[in-house]
Amino acid sequence: MTTFSESAATAVSLIATLDSGLLAIVGRSLAVSASACLLACGFGLGLGAWLGGTRFVGRGAVLAGLNTLLAVPSVVVGLVVYLLLSRSGPLGYLGWLFSFKAMVLAQALLVLPVVAALTRQCVEDAQIRHGEQVTSLGAGPLLRCFILAWDERYALLTVLIAAFGRAISEVGAVMIVGGNIDGFTRVMTTAIALETSKGDLPLALALGLILLAVVLLLNGLIGLVKRWRVRLESREAAQGHSLESIGQGA
Amino acid sequence: MSRQDAGIQSTALPPTVCNLIGADVRFGGVTALRALTLAIHAGERVALVGSNGSGKSTLLRLIHGLVKPSAGAAELPPQKHQAMLFQRPYMLRTSCLNNVALGLWLRGQTWQQAKLNALPALARVDLADLAARSAKTLSGGQQQRLALARAWAVEPDMLLLDEPTASLDPHAKREVEALLAELTANMTVVFASHNLGQVKRLASRVVCLEKGRVVADLPVSDFFEGNLLRDKYPAAHLFVKGELS
Repeated sequence: MTTFSESAATAVSLIATLDSGLLAIVGRSLAVSASACLLACGFGLGLGAWLGGTRFVGRGAVLAGLNTLLAVPSVVVGLVVYLLLSRSGPLGYLGWLFSFKAMVLAQALLVLPVVAALTRQCVEDAQIRHGEQVTSLGAGPLLRCFILAWDERYALLTVLIAAFGRAISEVGAVMIVGGNIDGFTRVMTTAIALETSKGDLPLALALGLILLAVVLLLNGLIGLVKRWRVRLESREAAQGHSLESIGQGA
Repeated sequence: MSRQDAGIQSTALPPTVCNLIGADVRFGGVTALRALTLAIHAGERVALVGSNGSGKSTLLRLIHGLVKPSAGAAELPPQKHQAMLFQRPYMLRTSCLNNVALGLWLRGQTWQQAKLNALPALARVDLADLAARSAKTLSGGQQQRLALARAWAVEPDMLLLDEPTASLDPHAKREVEALLAELTANMTVVFASHNLGQVKRLASRVVCLEKGRVVADLPVSDFFEGNLLRDKYPAAHLFVKGELS
């Protein structure tokens, strides 16, 4: 309990004093995970929407592969990216190993299956319910997938949160390909791992609390967006129905 | 049993816009339509009646090109010359105007042009005031009117309607029906309905389906002539009796 209260106090003190080292680590963590999510969403949303709205031979195998990748350990992704980026690897010429870019690539590969699989499920459900009507409007198969994905954009926000949560909380991949270099590739999770191994538990826990706070803040923001949308639609509906009743009365 | 089989006058009919010859539609092990032969002529207002699962919706989807025949032949008008209204229309999470414009954009108009052309369509169904409102917040009747505007805006030659008023209250039902009568004056209309009163009001011809087969295909006046139906089309007569009891 002492450790928890001590770490909470440390966290508050670090935040209150705007500790530059801490801010750099938090900023780097956010930048890496946000970039990775953007990259993964760029591909994953499109891939998921396409898989959700189309049928082709071998689709079942592709989906099984995609769902398997959901459970892939982050260290395995780190290892694969390490092999790809190492000097003797096929992408070694890029010189990205132990850099920000390598961490982004590793996290993007880690969350890509999450984005694609959840988007696929979302679009497939929409396709079953409404696909016929969108086709009837004149949309071809590809356009139909994207119209349905766009219409499910609020549900897809949850996919983005899940992806960001997976990215920012993982440690194995960034540790392997980033190297946890102080001031360069050290992020919150790798810093927590390092401080724990050094026995500086209050600082490690403080970083953990900040990590949780960041994710909580993000969830709160998304929740606010959803509530705002529901409130807006309810208000519009109430206005519309009162207009309708006035019209009928007249 | 086609109209020709039934001995009904077939001279001076307008050109055929849809011709199904012995068409089967199967979904896995289930046969939804069996050896269905049906010709629809330009300007006709065909009502499809029959019990649940008789194949009305499948027939509409076949005509619209949403399902392919498993056997037989189907000469259908291009999908871009048709529009279809569903029992529960799907509205995108965007404004009423965008919902109508989407249909036009998907038929090749630029987005700007589509939005311009969507406005008169909304006005036509008395929803111009709600153009900027989210379509998801409309009542059932308003959504069906919006769907009608979306269909009408693309100027189809043929309009297909799958029980368009089934989920509406009587007031909304009357509104939509009046709009249908007004907006579809120059179109070929094929609609599925359980409401025989509506069939009487809107149709010029009735096709009665049972277990995926046509059991009667008659002009609307003949269909509601009790003796003819009882004597020559017992399956259709049983259906009508069931609906009216």
